[in-house]
Amino acid sequence: MGRHTPLYDLHKSQGARLVDFGGWDMPVQYASQIEEHHAVRRAAGVFDVSHMCVIDLTGARTREFLQWLLANDVGKLTRPGKALYSCMLNDAGGVIDDLIVYFLSASDYRLVVNAGTRDKDLAWIRRHAQEFGVEVRERADLAMLAVQGPQARQASVTLLAPGDRQRALALPVFGGAPVGDWFIARTGYTGEDGFEIMLPGEKAVEAWLELNSLGVVSCGLGARDTLRLEAGMNLYGNDMDESTHPFESGLGWTVALKPVERRFMGRAALERVVAAGSARQLVGLLLEDRGVLRGHQRVIAPGGAGAVTSGTFSPTLERSIGLARIPSGPVTQVEVDIRGKLLAARTVKPPFVRAGKSLLS
Amino acid sequence: MSQVPADLTYTKSHEWVRKLKDGTVEIGITDHAQHELGDLVFAEVPEKGRVLAAGEACAVVESVKAASDVYCPVAGEVTEGNPDLASAPELINQDAFGRGWLLRLRPAGAPGGALLSAAEYEELLRAEGS
Repeated sequence: MGRHTPLYDLHKSQGARLVDFGGWDMPVQYASQIEEHHAVRRAAGVFDVSHMCVIDLTGARTREFLQWLLANDVGKLTRPGKALYSCMLNDAGGVIDDLIVYFLSASDYRLVVNAGTRDKDLAWIRRHAQEFGVEVRERADLAMLAVQGPQARQASVTLLAPGDRQRALALPVFGGAPVGDWFIARTGYTGEDGFEIMLPGEKAVEAWLELNSLGVVSCGLGARDTLRLEAGMNLYGNDMDESTHPFESGLGWTVALKPVERRFMGRAALERVVAAGSARQLVGLLLEDRGVLRGHQRVIAPGGAGAVTSGTFSPTLERSIGLARIPSGPVTQVEVDIRGKLLAARTVKPPFVRAGKSLLS
Repeated sequence: MSQVPADLTYTKSHEWVRKLKDGTVEIGITDHAQHELGDLVFAEVPEKGRVLAAGEACAVVESVKAASDVYCPVAGEVTEGNPDLASAPELINQDAFGRGWLLRLRPAGAPGGALLSAAEYEELLRAEGS
């Protein structure tokens, strides 16, 4: 038996199919994964993402620590409440995890890291935080709800006291703010507008039911995966891991090599990659034949062989999409080996879907 | 509990077999199987003339999440794959024992004794905790 979030019993009572996800028993779907997907694209859905790990960092040198720990530069965070997406790298430039960091105050930052990497991330962060005198606190007391979709923010603010609603609605994209003992952030993993809400675990069931009563659909992690892939977002463990660096994972945009004087973990390795040019690239694929792209399928590209890293059926586009790691160089068309047949796929620049609309030409 | 029509036979891997009047058999996956798989978005069925052994992978059904092989319950030669599934794989979800059939074949011999009756299949589902 895996670990349970505070919403576990509620998921069961709502008929969810529960599966192991990074050591947690999590809902993969309720009635229909496709309907849940469409609910988020067209109205609003709520996901239990309490299995993700919230880590609070405190200390006078926290900013300096994070500027050393992360490949993106928290120096970009000029105002409290702003968030940044970053990779955390090892010395070889491999991706230990991807995460979001929130700037709370001069000495307080919050990280949200993946569930499956919780233990190694905490060990890594604690080990290196010591020399900066930074206190590391895992917030296992918090639940986290992702409320996503065009109607998500409007529904979410009814959970708040009337006096707090306008402040939450005014949050900019990638901005967050404490509201009482809750933390509301305008972030997500679906390509839709919405909030991620961190709140005390004992408040999670009530909040979830209140959202349901407002028409926000309970959604499982299955729909979360099809939504994130349509949005062109990577999944740790599929699309990148410790054996791959950001430049071959479609994440070069998250690496801040400037200012040149900022030393960060993995920098030397990444500078060598930049000097030599990355041998591989991550591309989006749109399957032109019938079938479904899946991770590990072999891809035959002009520059050589590669592999699908994530693949699924896109409910919005009603065809199969994926991400694949292939040799660098210009490419428009590849073949994918699906059960021994070579099927045609077109390369596209992710995202495939944003704010409910197909971005394919 | 999902429905289990009494006039069909079944396999432990959740396929069903219907004897047709012309001596061929129709094969599909059970209502329980489609429910476990979730929304189906792709089905690959065998072509006419393909000769299948009992237990051989004969079709593939894919949900949003994963691909699953379907194993042929009886040996024989395929007479038809369901042509409607190419454009409407959701027929398997909607009508697993009817319009969601996968293939028809002419058995090579008497259908094997390994098939389960409806009562035995229901017992299997109970044992699997569904």
